[in-house]
Formats: sequence, structure tokens, C-alpha cells
Amino acid sequence: MTSVQVTDLVKDYTIRSGLKRTRLRAVDHVSLELTPGRTVALVGESGSGKSTIAKILTRMERPTSGTVDVRFDDGTPVPDAAYRREVQMVFQDPFASLNPFHSIEHHIARPLRIHKRTGTKEETHRSVLDMLERVNLTPADNIAPRRPHELSGGQRQRVAIARALAPGARVLIADEPVSMLDVSIRLGVLNLLGRLQREDRLAVLYITHDLATARHFSDEIVVLYRGRVVERGPSDAVILDPHHDYTKLLALAAPDPERPGRVASDAGPVDRDAIDDGVCYDHFTGRWREAGVPAAAEERT
Amino acid sequence: MTTTPAPAGTAPDPRARPVLTVEDLTVVYEVDEPVTAVKNADLTLHRGEILGLAGESGCGKTTLAYAINRLHRPPARIASGRIAFHDASGDDIDILSLEDAELRAFRWNKLSMVFQGAMNALNPVATVRAQLRDTLLAHRPRMTRKEIRHRSEDVLRRVGVDPRRLGSYPHELSGGMRQRVMIAMAMLLEPQIMIMDEPTTALDVVVQRDILREIVRLREELDFAVVFITHDLPLLLEISDRIAVMLDGEIVELEAADRLYRDARHPYTRRLLGSFPSLSGSRGAFIRTGVDETETPAATATEEPS
Amino acid sequence: MTNPKPVSGPQADTAEPPAETAPRDGGPVRSGWRMLLPTMTPWLALGLVLIGGITLFGLIGPHLVGDPGQIRDQGLTGPSAEFPLGTTQTGQDVLAQLAHATRGSLQIGFIVGVLATALSAFFGIYGAYRGRFIDEAFSLLSNVFLVIPGLPLVIVISGFVPRESRGLWTIALVLALTSWAASARVLRAQTLSVRNRDYVAAAQVSGERPWRVITVEILPNLLPVIASQFVFAVIAAILGEAGLAFIGLGASNSSTLGTMLFYAQNGFALPLGAWWWFVPPGLIIALIGMGLSLVNFSIDEIINPKLKNLRLHRKRARRAARLERELARASRRSGQAPDTDAPAAEEPTR
Repeated sequence: MTSVQVTDLVKDYTIRSGLKRTRLRAVDHVSLELTPGRTVALVGESGSGKSTIAKILTRMERPTSGTVDVRFDDGTPVPDAAYRREVQMVFQDPFASLNPFHSIEHHIARPLRIHKRTGTKEETHRSVLDMLERVNLTPADNIAPRRPHELSGGQRQRVAIARALAPGARVLIADEPVSMLDVSIRLGVLNLLGRLQREDRLAVLYITHDLATARHFSDEIVVLYRGRVVERGPSDAVILDPHHDYTKLLALAAPDPERPGRVASDAGPVDRDAIDDGVCYDHFTGRWREAGVPAAAEERT
Repeated sequence: MTTTPAPAGTAPDPRARPVLTVEDLTVVYEVDEPVTAVKNADLTLHRGEILGLAGESGCGKTTLAYAINRLHRPPARIASGRIAFHDASGDDIDILSLEDAELRAFRWNKLSMVFQGAMNALNPVATVRAQLRDTLLAHRPRMTRKEIRHRSEDVLRRVGVDPRRLGSYPHELSGGMRQRVMIAMAMLLEPQIMIMDEPTTALDVVVQRDILREIVRLREELDFAVVFITHDLPLLLEISDRIAVMLDGEIVELEAADRLYRDARHPYTRRLLGSFPSLSGSRGAFIRTGVDETETPAATATEEPS
Repeated sequence: MTNPKPVSGPQADTAEPPAETAPRDGGPVRSGWRMLLPTMTPWLALGLVLIGGITLFGLIGPHLVGDPGQIRDQGLTGPSAEFPLGTTQTGQDVLAQLAHATRGSLQIGFIVGVLATALSAFFGIYGAYRGRFIDEAFSLLSNVFLVIPGLPLVIVISGFVPRESRGLWTIALVLALTSWAASARVLRAQTLSVRNRDYVAAAQVSGERPWRVITVEILPNLLPVIASQFVFAVIAAILGEAGLAFIGLGASNSSTLGTMLFYAQNGFALPLGAWWWFVPPGLIIALIGMGLSLVNFSIDEIINPKLKNLRLHRKRARRAARLERELARASRRSGQAPDTDAPAAEEPTR
């Protein structure tokens, strides 16, 4: 079992236009904790910094400042060499995340070999089939030799999940894993993730823009706005009793068939500039605090 | 022409007059083994109505929308059926028998379309003003410069874009803003029908909401009919009067929105409804609707050849 | 391993049915390499036959003909039974010369093709993959080589190297050095696009080493481009060498189609009307270029599947359009006959 403690993550990008250089802060002092068996949903719009956090957690980007502390259950830190084994990712687009040139077997066998989870060729082949069966791709021996374009979107995403779990990962970053899939398949893939999480006691970071699935598939919701955490808490509390203006706006914007004809009666467009991104409501402590400041600078009303 | 059949679903409004009747429309892709993308579709669109068209990728909903104003490209072809447009003046137009020139005049004038990803369909090197002007001049060559300016400012104001943006280039506008400009362009000639193919899918939820609100409001002001195509059933339930659900090229259910939500008959509709967890309902409510980890064959069905 | 979902029960975990493409053919599974092969078309077949025939002539021909350098007293005779392609001014057998020259030209083309492709692949792919400083440096280098005018430089270098050490390899090296840069630019752009795809990121996240990411994940997706560039490099090298040899700067110890043309020019073949002396080498050069270009067009279809679809769909589209026109005509006829209002109804749309 492995847990992740993210503290005061900051990521700046430099934008060059002509001679001018501007700094864009994509992630501003974000802290969160992933523990085994729990799912944390990271909710926000495009450009809110969700994917940057995913990239930092999977070590595809270096943070400008802040720490990502990954530890085994006994408290010892995960060494660099084992980092890629412990922390894995499921990408958003199943049509882009599998190499069109290689077979399904290659995609799952490679992580197995890299992390020395198998020895002989036959052993690898058997492990690949086992992985495919775990993600409900049966008959596995029929699926394994195929290439990605022969599978449907849902099947590809299952392959991607199998690949992520193949090294024996304990921490899973799922970056919008179902947003590119057909609606009737989405719950199936999410349920699969949920089942695997329970079986392996994974720590999952579920990145999404969809409040409804965030509520149903996570224990905790962290709302991100302009790179800052503006609200966090148990998922039901955040969705049913939102405190921050932005969360309220998101909750209102999500379609809800329980309330038909609501569109017309909505208030007009909200002035984005009126939303205060400088404060954050924490449902765990029941208090407001400043957003975009180090976590150590404790709650101020 | 008195061939207008009774609407397949129940019209919400008894005084509703049809503006578009689609009868027995079949669209076939002439590939090695011909694929029937739309099978015997029957559809009646009433004046001032929002008709939702729901379905998943490859179900034929986009093909149907394109075929309605004959925008489909070969190898797709209309194999059978009739499409009749009932003009506000009382005349009926048989769309399938229009000659090319008549068809060009018909499109956009009477029936306009907002395409999927339309916000990227704006010409990047022309200002919004120039693009609106070109559209107007193509259909109303005798408009004066002043009339064009007034009309352009008017449509932009209607979709909630500041008319000062007329001089902007598309890249200076945000995604939501560009989509609004596209909608403004679609209503430029005051069409009686607007077909919108996933107009908000690429946008963030909050922006999507603003645009939907605008569409609903405009519909009430200008009384055009909307065919709204999307895979997002909850969204349709909120905004449309009636909803048609498509599966494998067939319209499997066409019903008033509230009735569809409460009492869906076709198992696929129920399945689709169950795919969306409710935001405000009790936690885990969707699970009871019996969605499992499997995929239906429909979901993996052949993709439309392009 | 219990599934906690209440209703779905045991069925919940069943597999989704295989995609519809599954049962199409039960034969052996096609490997990734298969999709790199172009589809056979008449043009590709013609190109392959041309290349194959000329290569065969270059390989076997020299063993079947006599000594190309042997001087006879029957100078400048036309094609005859003894000399199918006639003789040169000094009585040498043109056919024998042609066989040796074809071999020489193909040799040069092949060597330069391999060298230039290797250089462009290294500078293009590796630089783009590593990014930052290495990419900047490699880009600068290829840009510099790109703006150097090729042929004049080749002339200068060839002229500078003393004639006795100006062998086949020197010429090949000079040609390769001046022709890799453009390909490297193209490969760099392609690599940048492939590098940003999710599957490369996924390979990195799963812990693949950089060289494996390049060779196993990225390279296969670039192979069609590289193949096309190789073919192009071969054409350019054969033509370039022919040009050099024609102005007398060719390899000293080998005979190529260019040197043949050079001697034909010096021997006043054109004013004397000795067409059998200069037409065959010229024709071979033209046919090599044509054959390789035809092969290249087919490779283009792999790189850009749209080209292929265009060809495949044109026929279908025509048929669909015709069927639809018939339907529209029928509809118009039935609409006009019983209902005289129909034409009037269309009026307001004009």
C-alpha cells in the first residue's frame, strides 16, 4: 500500500510572445492527500490546472515548488527507481494512448517486463491474459494479439487500465478516463475502476469535470479554479451543500433531469470576475481559509 | 399536399403546426458492404419546438441531420423517403427534389445548421463582421451596407456577444464566444429551423449552460424550431419538448421529454437514462437502474464511414 | 472478488462482446508491419517492375557482357547483331558499358540513400525527442546544411579533392552530406507530433528507457516517412552523381551513367547522330527516377491515408450520387404530375 502527500504544489509556465515573457501560474499552492482505498476527485474546468497536477504526480513535469511525498505503508519513502512502479496513470483519450503499431499484448507485457514482474516468455503471456481478464476483456487470448484500432473505445480504455495496473501500481491517476467514451459505456468503465480499487486497495485520483460522477465515485472532492483549491470536503457535502460561489456555479450548470425546464429560469450568465478565487472552504474543518497560500499558513476566517 | 402524417410522438401543444416532416428516410453508405446509417426514420418537427435527438457515436444521428438538408456527402446517399418543409407562407417544399440552385437558396435561408465543433469552422483570417456580411450578401444581395451593419449587430446582441466584437478575428474570441458567433450566423437569415449538432460538447459546463440558456430564450423570442443533437440525455431532458432516441440508425423512441424521463418504453432509452448518475438524487441511485460493466453491441457497432 | 453492485449481480463482470471487426477473418493476426506495406496498384506494380528490372540488369548484366573498355576498330557503328546497342567512337561495346554504368549508378544511389537517411534520422528524431538544447543545436545544424546550395558545394568539394583520391565513396559522402538536411527537418516535425501523443507519454510513465521509446514506440510510426525519404534520397543521388560526372567531376575509378554521358558528349555523339550512345544511359536514368517516384507515391498513401481513401471512395461516391439523382428525379416526377402546386411552392426559395 502506498500513499501520496502533495504539499503546496506550484507550477509556473513561461509564455513568450515576442520579447515579452509572462509567467502563468497553472497550479497555485495545491495540497492534497491520496490514501489507499480512497478516491479523491479533482474537479475543475479546462485550464484549471487539473492535468498539470496529473503530469507532476506522474513525473512528466517538475513542479516549480512544493513536494510530492510518496510513502509505503510502513512509512518508508518510495525510492525513485520504484516510483514508476507505484504511481501509474490512465489517460483521457483511449484512441491516442495506445500505440497503433503494437498489439494489445505488447502494451501490457512491456510494463510487466520493465518492472521485472515476469520471467519467461510464457509467464509473461499468461500474466498478460490474466490482466486482460481482470479488466473483463474476454476471451483474453483473442484480444491480446489484436491491435488497438480493432477495439472499441471502451475496450481500449480497459486495456489502458490493465497497462496502468500491470507494474503493480498502488496509486492510480485517472485523467478524465471516461470523457471520450460513449455514455452507455462510461459507468461500466468507472465501475471497473471502482472494483479494481477495492480489490487492490488503490489510492485513486479521479480527475474530471463531471460533478455527478465525481460525487458517486469518490470519497472526497477537491474543486479547482484557476489553479487554486476553492473548496474541498466529503463528496456529498461539496455537491449538496456547496459554499464557494464557483462550486455553486458548477453544480447549477450540470444538467439535472430532476428539474426539467430549469435552463430558461436560470439567472443570466455569471460574471466570472466576481468569483473570489482567493478563498477556499474546507468542509473537514468547516472553515474558510485563504487559497493560493502555503498550507502551513493556517486557517484564518 | 395533405400527406402530413400524425406526429410519431405526442405533440405537447395541440395547436402545433409541423414545419418539417421526414417520412421513411433511409440513408445508405455505398461502401463495399453498404451500411444503412439511417433506417426508415419518421419525424415531425413542429413550429417553435425543440426536438432532442439523442444517441451514441455511430448511431446515425449526425447522418440524419445532414440528410435533412442534403448536406451528406457521397458515398452516403438517400435511398428512400421524403422530406417536406412546410414554409411559414403555407407552401410546402419537397427538399429531395430541389435542384442545386434551389437547394442553396433553401439552406441557411429556411434551415440553418450549427455543426459539431463549429467554433473552429470560422475563417481564421476574416473578421466576424466580414463573415457575417458575406453570409448576408450571398443570400440577400440587395441589402445595403447600413442594413447589413444593423442586422449583424442585432444578431450578435441576441446571442449575448458585444457588437463591438464585430471587428475581432476568431482567434481573439474564447471558445464559448466563437460558438455564440456561429449560432448568430445560423440565425442571421431568420431560418425557421435550426439544426444543432453537439453545439456545446467541446465547451466547459458553465459556458455550455450560458449558451443553452441563450438558445432557449431565442427560441421563445423568434419562434424557430430546433433539432438539438447530442449524446447528453440529461441535458436534452432539461431543454427539449420532445426527444427522439436513436439506436443503430433507427429512431427507437420519440416521446415528450417528461414522459420519456418518467416512463421510457424502450430498454435502450432506459439504459441510456441509467448511464447518467443523478447529481442531486440519493448517492448511488444510478446503480439501482441496473447498469453493469458490460457494453452493448450497439456501443461497439460500426462507425460511420467518413 | 465480490462485486458489490446489488442488482447487476453475476452478470456485471461479464465481458463486453468483441467489437464487430472481430470475426471478420479467423486467419492469423496481422502484425504491425503489415500496415506499413502499401496496397498494390498498377502504378506501384509498374514502379516495382522498372526498379526490379534495372537492378537485375545492373547486378547480372556486367557478368554477361564483354569488357566495356575493349577498344576495337569498328568505331561509332549503329546497333547490330554483334553489338545490340552499337559501339562508341573508340569501338567500345555500348551495351557492356551500359551494364557496368547502371551498376555504378545504383551503387552510388544506394550508398547515398543509406547515409543520408541515417544522418537525417539521427539529427531529426533524436534531437526532437530530447528537446531543449540538443534540439536547438541539431536544428541549427540542419538549417545551416539546408541553406548551403547543394550542387555548387558538391562541385567545389569534388573539384577540391584531387582526382586520384576522388573515388566512389568520396562522391557518395559528399552527396550524402549535402542532402540529409531537408529530410531531417521533416522528420523533426513528425517526431515532435508523435512525441506529444499519449502513447509515448504512457510508455514514459510505465518506465521505458528513452532509447526504447524512440526505437520501439516512435520509430515504427515514422517508418513510412523514412522509407519515402530513402527513396527520394536515392533518386537525388543518382541524378546528382550523373550531373557531377557529366561535368567531369565524377568518381575517377568507376563508371556510371553520368560518365557515359560525359564521354558521349566529348565524343560528339549528338552532332554525329550516334543516338545509341547517349539515349540508353539517359533512358535508364529517366526510368530509375520514374520507377522510384511511382513507389514513392504508394508510400505517400500510407503516410497520408486520405490519399488512399480518395482513390477508394471516388468510385463509390460516383455511384451513390447517380443513384440519388435517379431518386430525386423520380420524386420530382411524382411530385409534379398530380400536384400542380409543386413548382409554385419552390418559387419563394429563389
